[in-house]
Amino acid sequence: MTDGARLRVEGISLYFGGLAALDDVSFSMGGGICGLIGPNGAGKTTLLNVVSGVLPPSRGRILIDERPTSELPPHRLAALGVARTFQNVRLFGELSVLDNVRLGYHLHQHSTLLETVLRLPRARREERESATAALALLDRLGLAHLALAEASALAYGDQRRVEIARALALEPRLLLLDEPAAGLNAAETEQLGDFLGVLRAQGLTLLLVEHDMALIMRVCDHIVVLNFGRKIAEGPPDAVRQDRRVIDAYLGEEESA
Amino acid sequence: MLEFLLDHISTVDFILLNVALGLSIYLTLAVGLLSLANAGFLAIGAYTAAILTTQAGWPPLAGLVPALLCAALVAAPLGLLVLRLQGVYLAIATIGFGEIVRIVALNGDKLLRLLSGDERLTIFRGAEGITLPYRSPLLILGLPETTWLLLLYALALAYLLATLQRSRYGRLMTAIRLDGLAASTLGVDAVRYRLLAFVLGAAIAAGAGALSTPVVRVIDPGQYGFGRAVDILAYAVLGGMTTWVGPIVGATVLTALPEVLRPLKEQREVVNGLLLMLSIIYLPRGLADPRFWGSWRRWPTTLRERLTGAPATEPVPVPPRRGPG
Repeated sequence: MTDGARLRVEGISLYFGGLAALDDVSFSMGGGICGLIGPNGAGKTTLLNVVSGVLPPSRGRILIDERPTSELPPHRLAALGVARTFQNVRLFGELSVLDNVRLGYHLHQHSTLLETVLRLPRARREERESATAALALLDRLGLAHLALAEASALAYGDQRRVEIARALALEPRLLLLDEPAAGLNAAETEQLGDFLGVLRAQGLTLLLVEHDMALIMRVCDHIVVLNFGRKIAEGPPDAVRQDRRVIDAYLGEEESA
Repeated sequence: MLEFLLDHISTVDFILLNVALGLSIYLTLAVGLLSLANAGFLAIGAYTAAILTTQAGWPPLAGLVPALLCAALVAAPLGLLVLRLQGVYLAIATIGFGEIVRIVALNGDKLLRLLSGDERLTIFRGAEGITLPYRSPLLILGLPETTWLLLLYALALAYLLATLQRSRYGRLMTAIRLDGLAASTLGVDAVRYRLLAFVLGAAIAAGAGALSTPVVRVIDPGQYGFGRAVDILAYAVLGGMTTWVGPIVGATVLTALPEVLRPLKEQREVVNGLLLMLSIIYLPRGLADPRFWGSWRRWPTTLRERLTGAPATEPVPVPPRRGPG
């Protein structure tokens, strides 16, 4: 499909008033699946927002394929191949599932307003193509039977999968997923893990924020651990699992006499 | 039929004019902008066409293209300036724009006299307004050309919006209205499309203004004030903002009703207000709400459920199930 993007996070800090939501976070990834974990309020979603251009950092740089992107707005990042999902699913509720996914193909459609209004061949062809491609994508995620349903009428787990389909429609090189397994049952989480493996095999770079440790340990090549906005550990799953600081962060530090 | 239309030709003209205005505000509402600038752009279009007629001797309907251009030229920089605002703040800023247009039209001659040094210059004619000479309109198939042009204009706009709504641009506009941030992460430049909708809406209103001049004949600043801006918004509110059909229905009902209710004399405007209130309470998605009409078979039940407060045509929202942690 595509070659995964290289992501470098360099000394990112983000202050809300006097509060440091992110404090000098650095790491880099050249492909595969990177897990971003940490207790609630550690700054995981904030970091995802910075990488996807939703929040500009107070300090530091984001480089995607060595190109600094922290000054760019989200729609420019999307054009560079960065797609994301949201922790609290943000589908366009009034639109059909199919139209939600077709919106992801927006950047691949080039027909102008005039061509669209006059229904010229290119506009019509692109409309057909986006519908076909979106349907194929929904089929891959086992959602094709819901294509014409209104997005807001879907069950929560299905909405999450539609959001992933919509992000994949951009044909991204870097995909940021914010708690994709939240609200999924064990079987659905299992399927999600398999699907993430398929995406990695196709060369997509994934940054995954997740609370489901079993899923993280299963799919990630590399894990970054945040606590109170700071990176406290990083490494392969097995090393992170045994890291004293990580265990302390999750279980609370033992009182030392 | 023709007889009836000819007897009420000015009502027909005004319905068509207001349909165009309703569609102009629909474009901005469709991208989530509450803009009340359209009365101002209507004035710009009307004055552009009227001045070209009185000063340059243009035929009254030839002002259409200059009116569209003028409005677009004003709307583009204005949009860049005010579209950072949202909700009521944008509404207030655009009301301000409407007032500026009205005051410029009122005092335009003073300004021009000051600039040109010619004390007898009269172009805008202040509060009295520009009066166009009456010309008996050319009849085509029994209807005046002015009516035909307004009809063509309204049909062209309906086609434009219907095509847009079913296209990629329609999806973009809905996405921007529902969740601008989510749209932008899909590569949609929300600012650009909001500006596009604003400029297009402005041009549509100005075009309607230009085509209205032979029908209105007296172009004075009083017609294009705050009241007119609210009237235009009312068309979209009554008819509904979910599809392009809404403003058409709203404009038709609100324009025709006072004529139908002529026997009620002064009280007839009250009916419009009452209708608007009832529609907002019982049909918040407008008279042309497709879900409401789609459920007409179930009317007896839906009506009962509406009256008891349980919206039957709304899908039951899925409660977000949050997983553990």
